[in-house]
Amino acid sequence: MSQQPIIEIENLETHYGTRQILKGVNLKINPGETLVILGRSGCGKSTLLRHMVGLAKPTSGTIKIKNRDITKFSEDESIEILKKLGILFQGAALFNSMTVAENVALPLREHTELEESTIKIMTRIKLELVGLSGFEDFKPAQLSGGMKKRAGLARAIAMDPEILFCDEPSAGLDPIVARGIDDLILKLKRAFRMTIVVVTHELPSVFLIADRIALLHEGQVIAYGTPQELKSNENPIVQQFLNREADDEELDRERYLSSLVSVG
Amino acid sequence: MELITRFLAALGRPTLGLLVHLSRMSKLGAETLKWMFVQPFKGYKLRLRSAVDQGVRIGWDSIPIVSVIAFFVGLILAMQAAYQLKPFGATIYVANLVAVAQTRSLGPIITAIVIAGRSGSAIAAELGTMKVAEEIDALRTMGLNPVGFLVVPRVLAMSLMLPALVLIADIVGIFGAYIFSVGALDITSVRFINQTANALVMKDVLTGLVKTVIFGIIIVGVGCYQGFIVDGGAEGVGRSTTNSVVISIFMIIFADVIFTAIFLFAF
Repeated sequence: MSQQPIIEIENLETHYGTRQILKGVNLKINPGETLVILGRSGCGKSTLLRHMVGLAKPTSGTIKIKNRDITKFSEDESIEILKKLGILFQGAALFNSMTVAENVALPLREHTELEESTIKIMTRIKLELVGLSGFEDFKPAQLSGGMKKRAGLARAIAMDPEILFCDEPSAGLDPIVARGIDDLILKLKRAFRMTIVVVTHELPSVFLIADRIALLHEGQVIAYGTPQELKSNENPIVQQFLNREADDEELDRERYLSSLVSVG
Repeated sequence: MELITRFLAALGRPTLGLLVHLSRMSKLGAETLKWMFVQPFKGYKLRLRSAVDQGVRIGWDSIPIVSVIAFFVGLILAMQAAYQLKPFGATIYVANLVAVAQTRSLGPIITAIVIAGRSGSAIAAELGTMKVAEEIDALRTMGLNPVGFLVVPRVLAMSLMLPALVLIADIVGIFGAYIFSVGALDITSVRFINQTANALVMKDVLTGLVKTVIFGIIIVGVGCYQGFIVDGGAEGVGRSTTNSVVISIFMIIFADVIFTAIFLFAF
């Protein structure tokens, strides 16, 4: 493990208005590894992802991608690093005014000097890879949820990124389609040796794709390790999460009752 | 004492809110100018193709509705003027009144209001939906600046197309008055045209067009800003769309007051 991490996060603290979201996150991601960031809704995992791709600036702390601190980048500098990242958004975030092929081709058209014919071929290869060949001229609105995700994935890998970020890739999909997306992520990892960061709370896919898991709870990483290590972690919050136990209901009921009785 | 603090709070909160909006709006303005005039010389593409697409949507597609409304406005203006001028036997001055009123004020303002309702709202809704669907974030993570990619083409299109539409509205409005005058007031074609040509000076048309450029920037600026600040899904998009129209129309009319005063006293 003397490898140089490709992403290194140190003491990351962020605020949303006056509310603190991340309370000192430390995380290392090695090249070629798939890290899954697990956590309950609202624990700050989407916030963490937004910071890793430079969509938001932290209050304090550093995020180093390939040993360069992206939190201090100017716009021109971040464009250079962004070309090496691919992002699959939760809702795919395809541009609705463009066709599927135009969506995938956009980063190539904007950031490369490639011939139009080369771009066409590359677009077709990416769409083929995600199983969407033949859908080039469809508009995103004509695609199903799973197909949109696939198209989003094709666009994310259009520039052959070194790091792929996925925000809840299987959210809102049926189990079979979700499994298909997981398989695609595995395929990308094996075929291109991509470093992949996935944010999710879908347990079945976590153990399928993860090399390492970081469990985020109330703005902090409370557990980090391989899937096996996590399963044997004795922290009650980790176990509660993995065993899908609901919060202590007795306590909630009491609080609920007292909230009803109290005036004002 | 409590009353005073409450009063001050009620006064301060909206003021602070307004200041936040103003500072963000001027930031967007500065960013737009940067992507329009500075970045193209640093190797970033100015999106002319997208500007042409927007121009077609904002300008070309609006010609029918703008023409019909301008025609009716010209007609109404001529009828109202005739009602006042008839007792003096001066109906020929309908031509003067319509020509000047249409080119100096009504053409620009009515066209701007139509376009605020038609295109300003569309811009706010489109950008707002993109914001909600994370498309704006997607652009940014692809290393594409949303201002350069989305705002600049719209600003270029609007500030060229709105004056063009106003020019059409001026001509069609005067044509409306012409139809009424020739048809109902026994004014011959030649007399009407001569009278209009004598009444109009270049200054009338030009001042009208100058303020139209400002109206266009108001419409597109408010529309883009309202789109970018959308928060909270479909409901937020709806709210921003409504706001964009209301605020644009208010600002257009307010700007017109100032312009009219300036043109009246300074020129």
